[in-house]
Amino acid sequence: MDNRHFIARRAARYFHSGDVVNLGIGIPSLCGNYAESGVLFQTENGFIGVGATAQGIEISDRLFNAGGIPYLPALGGCAFDVAKSFGIIRSGRMAATVLGALQVSQHGDLANWATPDRAFGMGGAMDLVNGAKQVIVAMELCAKDGSPKLVKECTLPYTGRRCVDHIVTERCVIDVTPEGLVLSELRRGHSVEEICSAVEPPLIVSPELKEMEEDC
Amino acid sequence: MESKVTTREKIISCFKDGQTIAIGGQTGHWMPERLIDCILESGARHLTVYSIDTSDPGVGIGRLIRAKVIDRIITTHVGTNPDTNAQIQAGTLQAEFSPIGSWIERIRCGGMGLGGVLTKTGLGTVVEEGKQLITANGQQYLLETALRADIAITRARRADPIGNLAYRGSTGRASHPIVATCGDLSIVECDHFCDLGEITPDEVEVPGMFVDMILV
Repeated sequence: MDNRHFIARRAARYFHSGDVVNLGIGIPSLCGNYAESGVLFQTENGFIGVGATAQGIEISDRLFNAGGIPYLPALGGCAFDVAKSFGIIRSGRMAATVLGALQVSQHGDLANWATPDRAFGMGGAMDLVNGAKQVIVAMELCAKDGSPKLVKECTLPYTGRRCVDHIVTERCVIDVTPEGLVLSELRRGHSVEEICSAVEPPLIVSPELKEMEEDC
Repeated sequence: MESKVTTREKIISCFKDGQTIAIGGQTGHWMPERLIDCILESGARHLTVYSIDTSDPGVGIGRLIRAKVIDRIITTHVGTNPDTNAQIQAGTLQAEFSPIGSWIERIRCGGMGLGGVLTKTGLGTVVEEGKQLITANGQQYLLETALRADIAITRARRADPIGNLAYRGSTGRASHPIVATCGDLSIVECDHFCDLGEITPDEVEVPGMFVDMILV
């Protein structure tokens, strides 16, 4: 299992049967493969009950998700317009959202929609971090150049303030708590010291620090 | 009863320089492509456009971006179209970013005779800049004001002669039913043109009174 799927599988463990969940593009979109049965996925362009992404089979071009990928509707699925879709999101009915990040701060602030040379837009992310009951960031711990993505204060434009609950990476899980960032799970082969040196803010090591589950 | 079916030539003649045009659709799938052809053929330039995103290069609204006929866009996400970013960086395209949930409510307000909506989305971010903060029911909100267009162009699965509209799926619905209401002139292209009564009253999502012209 590559790191992207490893992260997605761990993030999906926050979902439970009966939850309606929104997945961002990139690593978050892979979470659907690992959720327990009974979880319903929402797409922002207007559907609850997004099933398997379709490959090589005939499908209506009216069923693409917000990432532009065709999907099969799950049993019990329902379609609606974007206004209703975001009404569902803002009104606190979404059990969780999984999003990518450029930066997460020690306070749980999230930046994921603009860099100094490129504003790609917030899309639905600002509504999601404002409305979803749990905000889960699924990302690699460091940027491609090795610089920290978990920072003391975000330098990039905010998506939301104090909104992130959990950060799932290929090396560890970090929870945002009122006391600070708590390292709660660590992957085999990695050390607390290594994680602490890869992030800017101080980490509290959970007394119940667990090993992340590998492939069975 | 007079049919709202309109010739392509008459529709093309509606588009003029400097107009504000709202466009339905998301992620470049199932956009009003034949009406976008009409805009291109009209030669209208210096347009202001409301659209959730700017599709992929050369697709959907991406064709208007490539033709450089848009001066200003109010949108939520342009990350899938490098042409858009290039024009923003060159200073030839002015982009205002709005969270999707706020964008669609602004459009809905434009169509429904409202001046704006109160939302928490965007609080503590750059979205707040230049907007009124309003306290209501003891909570703080941002005021997002209505967007009204000269012309709204959308696509429906089915339309009847008086402009009753029905849709299908998430991609096939998306922002279309809302955008169809926000223009002084609402032009719809349909995949299937139905006899009066063939779309049953319970299936009509946008009543015909919101629609002015139909491209069959």
